[in-house]
Amino acid sequence: MKHFVKGLTASAALAAIVATSAIAETPRKGGTLVTVIGTNVRNLNSAVQSGIATGYPGSQLFASPLRYDENWDPQPYLAESWEVSEDGLAVTLKLVPNAVFHDGVPITSEDIAFSVDVIKENHPFKSMFAPVTSVDTPDAHTAVLNLSQPHPALILAMSGQLMSIIPKHIYGDVPIAEVKTHPRNNENPVGSGPFKLLEYKSGEHVILERFDDFFIEGRPYLDKVVMRIIADPSARAIAYENGEIQLGAFEQLPRIINRLKKVDSLTVTPNGYGAIGPLDWLAMNTQRGPLKDVRVRQAIAHAIDKNFVLNALMQGTAAESKTGIHPDSPFYNPDVPNYPLDLEKAAALLDEAGFPVGDNGSRMELTIDFGWPDVKAQVEYVKAALKKVDIDVTVRASADFPTWAKRMGEMDFDMSWDTVFNWGDPVIGVHRTYVSSNIGKGVWSNTQGYSNARVDEILEMAAKEGDPDKRKALYNEFQMIIATELPVYHVNTLPYHTVANEKVMDFPQGIWGTSTPIDMVWLKE
Amino acid sequence: MQILQAFAIRSGYAVILLIAVLVLNFSMMHLAPGDVADTISQSMGGADQELLDKIRADYGLDQPFIVQLGRYIGGVLQFDLGFSFFYNQPVTDLILQRLPATLLLVITAQVLALLIGVVMGVISARRPNGMLSHFVTFLALFGYAAPVFWTGILLLIAFSLKIQWFPVAGMMDVSVEGGFWFRAGDIARHMVLPVITLGSIFLALYSRLARATMMETLGSDFVRTAKAKGLSPNQVVYKHALKNSLSPVITLAGLQFSAVISGAVLVEAVFSWPGLGTLAFQSIIARDTPTILGILFFSALVVIVGNLLTDLALRLIDPRVGGKG
Repeated sequence: MKHFVKGLTASAALAAIVATSAIAETPRKGGTLVTVIGTNVRNLNSAVQSGIATGYPGSQLFASPLRYDENWDPQPYLAESWEVSEDGLAVTLKLVPNAVFHDGVPITSEDIAFSVDVIKENHPFKSMFAPVTSVDTPDAHTAVLNLSQPHPALILAMSGQLMSIIPKHIYGDVPIAEVKTHPRNNENPVGSGPFKLLEYKSGEHVILERFDDFFIEGRPYLDKVVMRIIADPSARAIAYENGEIQLGAFEQLPRIINRLKKVDSLTVTPNGYGAIGPLDWLAMNTQRGPLKDVRVRQAIAHAIDKNFVLNALMQGTAAESKTGIHPDSPFYNPDVPNYPLDLEKAAALLDEAGFPVGDNGSRMELTIDFGWPDVKAQVEYVKAALKKVDIDVTVRASADFPTWAKRMGEMDFDMSWDTVFNWGDPVIGVHRTYVSSNIGKGVWSNTQGYSNARVDEILEMAAKEGDPDKRKALYNEFQMIIATELPVYHVNTLPYHTVANEKVMDFPQGIWGTSTPIDMVWLKE
Repeated sequence: MQILQAFAIRSGYAVILLIAVLVLNFSMMHLAPGDVADTISQSMGGADQELLDKIRADYGLDQPFIVQLGRYIGGVLQFDLGFSFFYNQPVTDLILQRLPATLLLVITAQVLALLIGVVMGVISARRPNGMLSHFVTFLALFGYAAPVFWTGILLLIAFSLKIQWFPVAGMMDVSVEGGFWFRAGDIARHMVLPVITLGSIFLALYSRLARATMMETLGSDFVRTAKAKGLSPNQVVYKHALKNSLSPVITLAGLQFSAVISGAVLVEAVFSWPGLGTLAFQSIIARDTPTILGILFFSALVVIVGNLLTDLALRLIDPRVGGKG
């Protein structure tokens, strides 16, 4: 039996760091936290709906078996312990014995089995639980997940908003596939998390109330959480500044982040988004025209000044990213080929690839797409940058997201600015962009048409490699290949920031943003 | 009898117009590439092809255009505007939920703008070269030229951030509980800035029109007669001239009926006011076709019914309108 509870020293060191910031302050109980969500919440049931809008209320209403600390180490939550069998084909969860749902019914292994079924059927991230063949329930508080192959990604997939445990006695009255439209997803839901629903008004707010029988003694500290839905970032910024809103996450506009950083009463931090893992990149269609040639793609990378994007466009709020894995992830490999600005080298590569400057002064004509207004500056910059190496770029705007998504899904593009999330383990959010079996299957699939047999092989091995070091070595090699062949040119992380009023203590800074229980958050007097 | 006949004919036109609006809107929405399945997958952080196909099948988006159109019109005839993909609710419910907030905002802004606008117009018409008159001209130009979202943000910075008098967003402070009067005061406080922002457009319109018509009326014969009778200037203005110069203003106010939705979209978006405007704005971004179509249909209905009523009212009040036909 191999235990995954580890990294004690690291956690202790981290605890020490956290402790210095809030020396010997005893959390105060009570109070109402006013917080904000930037878009409408379609569905509160995070077992059937993914995405960061649902993740915030969903993680308060529903508990998952595990939770993660800032150091990427799993911690007990609904499961007090967990172990992976020696062959990696079974994961046993021991549930907290005193846990009950919001209606007082005990949470049992039956509910774990039911939730896994519901998630497998309804959740968009199929790779999370695809190898789970069945769930055994030897007793009320033991659940055994049987796997068809070792599946190390499962541990991370049992945390955050990815494995919400929902009650079978409430949601089991309809066929599994219909749980996603269950009337009690948004009205009168029965959850397992630290807060229960008081009121949900679509497009306006979600109001949560402390669940007194929560399975962690003394938690949550807050009496009430008001999640207001405010779509306009400027309005949100003013509301943070005048104290109307005390906590918000996923703020991504550099101008607003930098403005809020200057406000004394606010803490603005990029920490805590490693597992969400949002990356901004330049996608290149490797099946079309000149971009088929790797030298052309490398030349484009050399012609783009990353520093301009990072300093001028992102105004210093974003970090550099070099591979398909987020820099905060333990799997990130920073030692990959780099493409510093070098116009001569770019020109030489283009000449070598057989694209000399023609009579019209141009080597080739390409298009670049973008799907939302925030990244218009990036594509305009790429156009200007490539002009310097005599590539004519036409910017194609899309009326709205679906228009762009359709172009991408059908691979009807040369280049595009894109933002894609890691969503925890690379198996969930990284593989989809690079494996050849996922070419052209809708937006955020392998829309670049990239195909490399070695990459397919590495990723297949990495998916089931139980040894963390060997797994890391595989992902290292994968990142080397990607950074060399450039189906996408990785530029920067999306600068997600959390904004917290000085009164809000211990706000989430783990790896899941606010898609994590906020039972530890408390308000200063 | 004549009026009933006219009403029947007009209603007939109205129904044909509504159906045309439905077909046209539906076709236009259908022409745009991509659909709500993409938006749903965006809000979920990505979905595979299989799931996208399933979403499309669930919402009938995989059917041929003519089948979808037929289903939709069939639904509307039974007062069913369809089901919103993005809000997970029937569209009719959504619209009815959001309507009161918009009506409260728009009617308050309209009534205040009308009252203040007329008073300002009248006062400035009496002294066309006075300070107030210049001020009205300036206000009219400014109110008309300044984009409402800009006015809104400026007001927010001034009165929510610098001087913290008013809240930034929403219609009420849900974090505090209180009785009816507390809630009424709370909503009133939240309304101040949106009402000023929205009212500024209407105010510009009404004060300018009131000023112009008042000046015209003050120069007409019956006013001179009234003056000759020896009435005081105030009596002349408020008893005789005002009545006669109000009708264009009121006609304009009637026509502004359509502003229930159009004028409110931007203001609601800036102040996160939970009304139809915000709903329209967000459903367009999300390509939530049933909701967009529902709101367009509802707006068309409001405009057509409004015009019908204005038309009839004018026929009743002024027999010259409409003539024999």
